[in-house]
Order: sequence, then structure tokens, then C-alpha cells
Amino acid sequence: MPDGHIRYVAKNMRLDLRLIAEMIPEGARVLDIGCGDGSLMAHLVEEKRADARGIEIDMGAATDAVAQGLSVIHGDADNDLAFYPDGAFDYVVLSRTLQAVERPREVLRQMLRIGRHAILSFPNFGHWQVRWKLLSTGRMPDTETWSRPWYETPNIHPCTILDFVALAGLDGYVIERWLAVDEKGARAPWRRSVRLANLFGEQALFLLRRK
Amino acid sequence: MRTLAPFPVVEHQRVVLEEGLTLDCGATIRPLAVAFRTYGTLNAARSNAILICHALTGDQYVAERQPVTGKPGWWSNLVGPGLPVDTDRFFVICANVLGGCMGTTGPREEMTDEDGRGMGRPWGTDFPTVTIRDMVRTQKKLVDHLGITRLLAVIGGSMGGMQVLEWAATYPDSVLAAAPVACATHHSAQNIAFHEVGRAAIHADPDWKGGRYWEDGRIPAQGLSVARMIAHITYLSEEALMRKFGRRLQGASAVTFLEDVFQVESYLRHQGSTFVRRFDANSYLTITRAMDYFDLSQEHGSVAAAFENTPTRFFVASFSSDWLFPTSESRALVRALNAAAARTSFVEITTDKGHDAFLLDEPDFHRALGGFLRGAAREAGL
Repeated sequence: MPDGHIRYVAKNMRLDLRLIAEMIPEGARVLDIGCGDGSLMAHLVEEKRADARGIEIDMGAATDAVAQGLSVIHGDADNDLAFYPDGAFDYVVLSRTLQAVERPREVLRQMLRIGRHAILSFPNFGHWQVRWKLLSTGRMPDTETWSRPWYETPNIHPCTILDFVALAGLDGYVIERWLAVDEKGARAPWRRSVRLANLFGEQALFLLRRK
Repeated sequence: MRTLAPFPVVEHQRVVLEEGLTLDCGATIRPLAVAFRTYGTLNAARSNAILICHALTGDQYVAERQPVTGKPGWWSNLVGPGLPVDTDRFFVICANVLGGCMGTTGPREEMTDEDGRGMGRPWGTDFPTVTIRDMVRTQKKLVDHLGITRLLAVIGGSMGGMQVLEWAATYPDSVLAAAPVACATHHSAQNIAFHEVGRAAIHADPDWKGGRYWEDGRIPAQGLSVARMIAHITYLSEEALMRKFGRRLQGASAVTFLEDVFQVESYLRHQGSTFVRRFDANSYLTITRAMDYFDLSQEHGSVAAAFENTPTRFFVASFSSDWLFPTSESRALVRALNAAAARTSFVEITTDKGHDAFLLDEPDFHRALGGFLRGAAREAGL
């Protein structure tokens, strides 16, 4: 049964995707960039009656998502967002991908052009382990999150939580909510201080809107 | 070249619509015969019908033995009980296109006058110019005749995909889901050029006789065969040709410079000579022209405008080694659909089999299309 399949996926959804799903209200129009096999989309369609669309760069994952009956196109954040009309979505989601796109600032601009809100998660390069590895070894950090060597990592634009806050300010976006989370996506307890979150949060999750 | 006799003419299942059809060119064809086949059972709500549109030289025999050639249905790997287009669940319709030569009104059928009276001779080259939209209007008449107001899906590859796009643009409320495969929103200059070479080969055949070859029962076999050979090259990829034939010789192990025949030559000649047994040359001229005229953006202002506020959901698929309808053209379609805020799925299937891949066993393509149809069926409450 296809319906049963969707529930199964939702139950096993990554924790960070669950946190994202919590931010999205019933019946929203959602674009999930880097939707993978469509777990978040399936969850939103099933549980929140959302109108969910997806973009996925990996052909195998995109095919899996389409085979589930989801509206997913093979494409990528750098090249495909420009073709959507202004305000086409209520929420545009980019999970764990911002650091891997060619032009993060432009992608962010496009997200908030086509969507009223943007939800982003990214690994925090300001985490203490990253800082310590660089300081103590003098070489590019090698951690659970930053696990690929510099010459083959897809993460070409790493940033810290403070860097991201600064860019949001520079381009005039309102930070509606933010969270620091650990590698598994569980909420971390540094909600009050961005500086502490920047030191202890492995992942960051932001909800933005235009001014 | 060895020329085989044409296959015998067989009776095709068809409906004759007395009211006829007024074409884009202004001419009216009356009556209008539509040859078609159906598979599966139409449900009581008439909500499980899927229309399949065939390609340039395809026909309505999508999932059964072709009665003329005796070959299996051209999409029998995709359409049937338990297959992605599941005839246990869906009612599948496929009609021969307007201008075709498998029973639908076309150059080989008897010409009719303005009052619909038979004139005792085939249309031949007097058959009016038709467009992809005329083909779709013809199919719409058939679908209406079958008492179906909304199709669950319209599916097709190549020229079939053009018809799918035209269906969604012309009758958006009659198409819940559309699957244009290995196609484009217009025929490219390169594709028109290849078609023109094929048409020139037919025109240059003395047996074509200005299109009046039916007068003495001959067929322009040489010209039509060359047209098919050229077209067939465009359906394959260089990689697939190399893999299938390489530089191997037919019946020899080394080049002798004495009438050597490469395997690829022999294959193409075979393709050409079998094609002329089943296909009508004037039909070929008519249908290739219809493809060349196809340009959705010209008809509607832009491709996005053609699908503005469309309720239809789309599944677009392309094949990585298809250079006749390359992925870039499918991607342009997808971007236009996104601009129109249409619900769209798109996959590019990795294969070395070229344009032909849409007809072959491509598991990822079949899986994705099957899932798309199940999703549409779920939405339709089936």
C-alpha cells in the first residue's frame, strides 16, 4: 500500500527534518530544495495536507521520490530557483545544503523571493571541535560533521552561525526563529545566546522571512 | 535493395464520426474515422481512463500483437496487467493519429468531398496539412464518444509527448495527469532538417510519382526506406551503435575492399526495408510535417502561458543519451512548468540507448512513471 509506505517514511524521518516539519503549518505550499527521497515532503503531504514540491540533485533519490508519487524534479538550488514565480510558496526549505551550493547568498535571495518564509539548516563551522582541530593540528578540521578532506568535500562554503546571522542582517531578512541542534538533530540548550550556540551547536536551523 | 511486398491490409477497430473535424489549416474533414484500441475496463465513474499517444511511426496497438506486422505491441513492456500502466486497474485507450495509416483518416484512406461523399480514390497528397493539435482534437472526439469527460492521465513519448503537452494546454480540465516523455515544446531546427532529408528522399523516388503512387499500386519503397534509415540513426546514440555493431563486418572478419558491408549498414537496410511494408509514404510526409509545425510557445505566447493555472500534474522524463530530444529541452519545459506553478516531476534517466530508450526496458523510467500514475490515481480517489 503506497499510503502505508509514506507513514513508514515519516516515522523514520531524520530528526532535523522533524524539527523543520514542526515549523510548517497545515495546508502550506512548500518547496523542499534537496528533498532527497522525499521523506519530509511525504510527511508534510500526509500529516499536514501540504502542497509540497521538491528539487533533488541526486538522480537516484529524485527517481525514488517521483516513484512515491511526489512532485519532485531533478535539479539544483543554484540553477533552478530562478524559474519559479515570486511568492509561489509559503515555505522554502533548504536542509543541510547551503554550505554546498555555489552561490549561497543568491540561493538565499531566491528562496525569499519565491517563498514568504525560508527554513535553512547547515552545519556550524564555529563549533568548538572544529575550532580546536584547526588550532591544535593546523590542518582542516576532520570531525563527524566535516568528515571529507578539503580537496573533495562538497561543502565549499562553510559558515558559522554568527556568519549566517550577519548575512541575514546584511540582506535585510528577519530571523523569526533559530535553533542550534546536535549532529542527530536533537535540540541543543543554547537558545538565549547566539555566541554560545556558535560554540556548542553542531547544526543550526533558521526560519527567516523578508522584512 | 530487396523490396518485400507490403503487408496485407487488415480491418482496424474504428469509430466514424460523421460531424468530421475542422483543422488548424481551415479545411474540414468529414466524416472522420478514428481507429483505436482499448485495454482494461472503464469503471462506473469513468474516472480510470488513460490515453496513450503514439510516436511518428507508432500505432494504436500499444499492448498487443500488431495485426499487420505480427510484432508485439510497441509499449507492451509498460502497458498491461500488473505493469506500470496497469490494465487491471486502468482503462487504457490508444488511437492511431490523424494522418496515420492504421485506420484513422489519413492520406491512404478514401478521399471525401465537402459533403462527406467518398470520391473513389485515396487522399494521397491532397490530404490537408494537419497539426499536433488537430491530432489531439481528433483524440478528444474519440474520448468524448467513449463518454469520458476527464482522463486520469495522458501519456506519450516523442511525438506522443508533443500530443500530451497539447492535450494539457488545450483541454486542461480534461487531463488530471500528463506524462510527456522524451519530447520538447517545439521541434528544433536540427530535427526539422532531418525530417526534410527524409521527405526529400521520398520526393526523389520516381515511384512516388508526385504522391500519386496509389494509381498503379506501386510504393516509393526506395525513398521511404532511406527516410526510415536516416530517422533511425537519430533514434540511437553513437554509444549504442558502437556497442551493438562497432566496426564489425557482415559475414567477414577483415576488410577486403570488395563490397564489404558493415553490420550497421546491414541493420539500417533491414530497418528501412521492413518499414516500407507497413507504413504509407504520404502518411510519413503528413506526420513529419505536423511534428515540424509543433511549437507550443508560438500557439500560446510562451510555454508558461500555455500552462498558466493548470490543474494538471506533470511527469517529465528524458534520457541522457537522447540527442533528438535532449534533456536540455525537457529541462526547459520543466522550468516553464515551474514558472506556471504547475505540479511537476522530472527525471533524466541515465542510459546509452538514445531516443529509443523510451520504448525499451528502462527500470527507473518505468518505476517513476508507475509511481506518478499511482499518485494521480490516489488523488482521483481510485
